[in-house]
Amino acid sequence: MATPAQAVTANRLNDGEVVYLDAAGNWAESLDESKFVTDKAEAQQLLEQGEKSVDDRVVLDPYLFDVTIENGVAIPVKKREHIRANGPTVRLDLGKQAAEPVEFKKAS
Amino acid sequence: MPLVKDGRVTDDSWTAVGDDDQRPDGCSIIVSLERWQKDREDLRKCNQPLGIRLKSDQPPSLIEEDLGHFGLIALEFPVYKDGRAYSYARRLRDEMGYKGEIRAVGNVLRDQFLFMLRCGFDSFEVQKEKDVAAWKDALAEMSVFYQPGADTRTPVLSLRQRKIAAKKST
Amino acid sequence: MYRYDEFDQQLVNERVEQFRGQVARRLSGELEEDEFKPLRLMNGLYLQLHAYMLRVAIPYGTLSSKQMRMLAHIARKYDRDYGHFTTRQNIQYNWPKLGDVPDILKDLATVEMHAIQTSGNCIRNVTSDQYAGVAADEIEDPRIASEIIRQWSTLHPEFSFLPRKFKIAVTGSPHDRAAIKVHDIGLIIVRNDKGEVGFEVYVGGGQGRTPMVGPRIREFLPKNELLAYLEAILRVYNELGRRDNLYKARIKILVHQTGAEKFAQMVEDEFAKIDKTGELNLPNDEIERITAYFADPAYKELPTISADFQAKKSEDPAFAAWVANNVAEHKVPGYAIVNISLKPIGGIPGDASADQMDAIADLMQKYSMDEIRVTHEQNLTLPYVEQGDLYDLWQSLKAHDLATANISQITDIIACPGLDYCNLANARSIPLAQEISERFGTGERADAIGELKIKISGCINACGHHHVGHIGILGVDKKGVEFYQITLGGSADENASLGDIVGPAFTEDKVIDAIETIVDTYLDKKQDGEKFLETYRRVGLAPFKETLYAAG
Repeated sequence: MATPAQAVTANRLNDGEVVYLDAAGNWAESLDESKFVTDKAEAQQLLEQGEKSVDDRVVLDPYLFDVTIENGVAIPVKKREHIRANGPTVRLDLGKQAAEPVEFKKAS
Repeated sequence: MPLVKDGRVTDDSWTAVGDDDQRPDGCSIIVSLERWQKDREDLRKCNQPLGIRLKSDQPPSLIEEDLGHFGLIALEFPVYKDGRAYSYARRLRDEMGYKGEIRAVGNVLRDQFLFMLRCGFDSFEVQKEKDVAAWKDALAEMSVFYQPGADTRTPVLSLRQRKIAAKKST
Repeated sequence: MYRYDEFDQQLVNERVEQFRGQVARRLSGELEEDEFKPLRLMNGLYLQLHAYMLRVAIPYGTLSSKQMRMLAHIARKYDRDYGHFTTRQNIQYNWPKLGDVPDILKDLATVEMHAIQTSGNCIRNVTSDQYAGVAADEIEDPRIASEIIRQWSTLHPEFSFLPRKFKIAVTGSPHDRAAIKVHDIGLIIVRNDKGEVGFEVYVGGGQGRTPMVGPRIREFLPKNELLAYLEAILRVYNELGRRDNLYKARIKILVHQTGAEKFAQMVEDEFAKIDKTGELNLPNDEIERITAYFADPAYKELPTISADFQAKKSEDPAFAAWVANNVAEHKVPGYAIVNISLKPIGGIPGDASADQMDAIADLMQKYSMDEIRVTHEQNLTLPYVEQGDLYDLWQSLKAHDLATANISQITDIIACPGLDYCNLANARSIPLAQEISERFGTGERADAIGELKIKISGCINACGHHHVGHIGILGVDKKGVEFYQITLGGSADENASLGDIVGPAFTEDKVIDAIETIVDTYLDKKQDGEKFLETYRRVGLAPFKETLYAAG
């Protein structure tokens, strides 16, 4: 079963690292730790929560993006978010994927 | 908004007058270009010094013939990224020989003070209190200038020329 | 090469500390991102997909070995052991931390380098010909004018908040290797009837969303009046360039909408008002001072042809192939210009590791009078190599994977970072370059195809110069899927032209085959020794369109 969902992402102010808002309201470095929401109101609430961190100088430009949850694993819908979540597709030794290499999925 | 002139916070001796307001007596007033164009005859009778405020899409060439009437020209930065007024100030100083006050108004921020001074602005309606306090620091950040400006800072080229001349004379 | 005097050095040092203060004010909350962003951009600092990106200027592309070593040091100390050489004679680091950037800039300042105005709506890093000073057909070294412009444009008080970015390029040769006609201002150094050296001025060229080849607005500009004339162009643009629409804000739109002739007149009117007895009038002393830095190095008297070099060429075909593709004629007998390809087969165009940079620095010292050039085609050029050293140099380059013999060939591809790194990109560019490179490789097939410049951009901003590629590829996003649009017949040289779109875009898995079809069509149509571009200009779009879309 594939369920469409949303999460909030941003870049960290200090180092630009891609981060995701988790259930505890912290910014996590891995998409797996992100909080996923399925309804619009919840998504809006999550985004507003994320936006507070801009004033606190933790992150820049938080926004909502789409994922599909398959067997409990979130897969970003857009290639851009896939690349942000993993790293450059041409340098698998760089970015988040460097710690735990993943096979990059070609556009279907 | 605090006004900085000659490096000091100063009381503003000018009063802005709206387009529909009556012209007050006994004080120096600043009017818009529209007001000047509409009420030119009336305003010229004014005994007080006259100031004009130009928006960023109103080049000073529009008032070139009338420059003698103005003791102050305020140039607006609607956002600090709109840099047209830098060129307007240069034109007023370098090409039109305007000697009166050129005031920066609008989104006037610390990191632009030095650029503005170099283009010929000499008074500043500063948006943030903190930026006023940092005035001296902001100006001291750079001491080397490659370009001739409308201020008295000596550009590098002249300093180099002096060095060459000094070498030749010894 | 140019060396900073005390004024140049002080300015760069002060700029480092000024930026340190701006970063501190950002981190303390005194500056909001809206206010900070243009300040960081004016120091070359972007926020990209994965991290910040710092773009460091290599003014007119010239580096010493000391500077090259510093670039390697920065890659190691603050980044991930590599750098990316760009089409604008800059180098980009993809992973710096915000708090480290002032220290990076401080390190750069110790070797007379900076990141000033490598982004932002200001006058950008001035670019020039990588063969400056060594090309046989050169009238004057374009780096003299480039350095004069670098200084004049640095922290210009009037032109730091222009409607949009502003790029100036200079060439000193009639053969244009600096793509000057697709710049906001392009300068060609020329000699007039009286034998005086000056500039021919082009304005309003550019790529991006609305590509244009710039028209000429001045046939001859005397040297001393260069800065006054540039100031006139910039003043007209600063006042009248559009600020209501980001996509129409470049000077090319103003020139186009005003008409080149009328625009030229506006510039002349402004130029007439500028005081040319004042400081903008370049004194001969200053021109001579800067010229002296670019004087010829102490060349040896060498035989025109080195016998040893000739022998090595006939003994070693791989060496001969590298010489044929990567080595260019030098103005001094017995010397050679050596191009180092940063396009290994299947590699990332323009990337170099810290170890490679250090190795190159050694080779610069040993074989090229301590100097190298960075090219707008994302390669490097050693300008002063003795023919007799070529074989040893080639072997050293091979040891560092830097001897790919493919300059100007189908695998010498310009590619922007694309969606693998860039926040603006719609599609990836690098994987395409890699696949094309692997498909065609080097050797007989690549030699048979000959000169063919493929340029790939991951979005309409055209950082990969696709409009002026013999084959241009533009990545577009269609509902989250990458598509690639192909153009043919573009060129960035003295006969600049913009490519024609062949038809509907291709998907990622079809685009490499499409390139192969284009190449096969060319090989089929080519006459005698025709290059791809010559064939295209003769036969036009139709035969390519036909073979590309026939099956569909």
